[in-house]
Amino acid sequence: MSFQPLKTVTSKTLVLPAENIDTDQIIPARFLTVTSRDGLGKHAFNDWRYDEDGSETDHELNSDAAKACQILVGGHNFGCGSSREHAPWSLTDYGFRVVISSEIADIFRGNSLKNGLLPIVIEKRAHDWLLDNPGAEVTVDLDACEVRLPRNGGTYGFEIDAFSRHCLMEGVDEMGYLQNQSDAIAAFEAKR
Amino acid sequence: MTHPQTLFDKVWDRHIAVAETDAHPATLYIDLHLIHEVTSPQAFTVLRERGLKVRRPDRTLATIDHSTPTLINADGSRPFVTEQAGKQVEMLLANAAEYGIETHGWDSDYRGVVHVMGPELGATQPGMTIVCGDSHTSTHGAFGAIAFGIGTTQVGHVLANQCILMRKPKTMAIEVNGELQPGVTPKDVILAIIAEIGVGGGTGYALEYRGNVFEEMSMDGRMTVCNMSIEAGARCGMIAPDATTFNYLKGRKFAPDEYKAACEDWASLATDDGATFDKVVTLRAEDIRPMITYGTHPGMAMPVDALVPVAEDETETKALDYMQVTGGKAMMGMKVDRVFIGSCTNARIEDMRAAAGILSGRKVAAHVKAIVVPGSEQIKAQAEAEGLHELITASGAEWREPGCSMCIAMNGDKAAPGELVVSTSNRNFAGRQGPGARTVLASPETAAAAAVMGVITDARTLGAAA
Ligand code: SF4
Repeated sequence: MSFQPLKTVTSKTLVLPAENIDTDQIIPARFLTVTSRDGLGKHAFNDWRYDEDGSETDHELNSDAAKACQILVGGHNFGCGSSREHAPWSLTDYGFRVVISSEIADIFRGNSLKNGLLPIVIEKRAHDWLLDNPGAEVTVDLDACEVRLPRNGGTYGFEIDAFSRHCLMEGVDEMGYLQNQSDAIAAFEAKR
Repeated sequence: MTHPQTLFDKVWDRHIAVAETDAHPATLYIDLHLIHEVTSPQAFTVLRERGLKVRRPDRTLATIDHSTPTLINADGSRPFVTEQAGKQVEMLLANAAEYGIETHGWDSDYRGVVHVMGPELGATQPGMTIVCGDSHTSTHGAFGAIAFGIGTTQVGHVLANQCILMRKPKTMAIEVNGELQPGVTPKDVILAIIAEIGVGGGTGYALEYRGNVFEEMSMDGRMTVCNMSIEAGARCGMIAPDATTFNYLKGRKFAPDEYKAACEDWASLATDDGATFDKVVTLRAEDIRPMITYGTHPGMAMPVDALVPVAEDETETKALDYMQVTGGKAMMGMKVDRVFIGSCTNARIEDMRAAAGILSGRKVAAHVKAIVVPGSEQIKAQAEAEGLHELITASGAEWREPGCSMCIAMNGDKAAPGELVVSTSNRNFAGRQGPGARTVLASPETAAAAAVMGVITDARTLGAAA
């Protein structure tokens, strides 16, 4: 899987302030019977966006403004729960390239990095500002590892593993990297 | 004398194919890769697109469990919830056949929930690294393996390279010593731990469960505990292998031939005296009571006879509203609509015995629909050999075919909006068991007690069966 390289994203934010938004909320299990990864964006947050009869609710995720947002700001401990990669697939297909929270669950974070979705854990002050200012036009600079908030909101650094950063900025995936290690892997297999 | 090491460190060190540096994560060799129908199809697609082979089909095992029906039609066919679900199962079987992967499909005596099947085959062993595209892979840590869930991209990595890229997590010891009160089960222990450390408390850590409570626990109980490590945010949880582990694995299909030598090696994996953990959490066994959840994540758990905590913020208020419970009020006596006894958390033989023990000689309340879903064909056969299914069906509960069923509710087994389900599974997220369904997590004992009383009940208060 390859994706568009990600260096800088400037976009309005979409804010979902609830804490512990789990991957069952992001993409309910009944949509997991798909055998391809495409087109899951229409089911992102399905049960928030559609009534039982399939009609759209008035949730802001259904607005055109939301669909133009590339940066999702979630409440604390975003992405907990199931390891389904359908969660980042649905978010990127919806249009997001960045998720920001004060804590992001491990597996979701790993899955996001592998699919061109940048998960950013940011300090509480900046997170609070983002929660209080939905729709703010924010710049995420992966080269500088910075989130720049408008209107004197300030600039905040974030940490990202050097390897993941390299993969995201170049739009390369880990499969090729592992393929290149096949000699080392064979040597490891031989010696045990 | 070498530096004292933890169980996790020892197993980790044995699997480093390429060491971690600042610039890149470690390349960790994987001993066992379990696959199922839901998280593998896109990985096989990538393999095909790139013209890659499965590097070690001999280290890969497949089964079908998530989208499989738990009923069989009169004509022997399986009532898939959608055509797509049936297609997904067919695709797993076809992919596994094409790449030469041992598969436990419809005709296997071992088919079952992937985390129930691995140990039953003896494929799960101490000291191994085990992955699966399912977050409850942590279950296998009960054997002293490093076992964790991976996403579909990584399923592709492991199929092609038998390795994943990963940075070493920190370690956390969870110590529970003392004597558990009568009626307190492994499920209650792990729910109490998650309530204590929180759903994000284990993020970034590998857990090791330590203390006499785990040493005295059966393998079934240890698996229940390790299974839910992920619900505390930890990707894996482990218990040191000991005589209980070795007795369990002995004679199983994949158990090593030189069994005594293997056990000696496995015994050496236990955390050394003097080894340090990055964090230590301690609970007193005496303080743990039978637990239920009251909110919409597993950390929102309390003793069955406690009062629902008052919401402290908007998120908690929303959770209580969703569950239709009130802060400061008890949940005992709340009307229950459904009971689900199953899942890789609590569908092993001891769980079946516990449920049957309570259902035996009693009747499921008229307004409750209760289903008991064994974790695997093996469990089903054993339970039937013991006559448990007769006790279960005589009570009015249904005895189903093995599978994930209402744990994830993607095979059609689900609750209706607003229904209250007492469930032995591992996740009570909003909508997990069907849109709008409300889930209360509990032990098999508490779930079975809810079925017969028709309301949330402390199983310890049930008198003798009629
Ligand atoms: S029983 Fe539930 S948690 Fe276990 S593998 Fe199946 S869906 Fe996952």
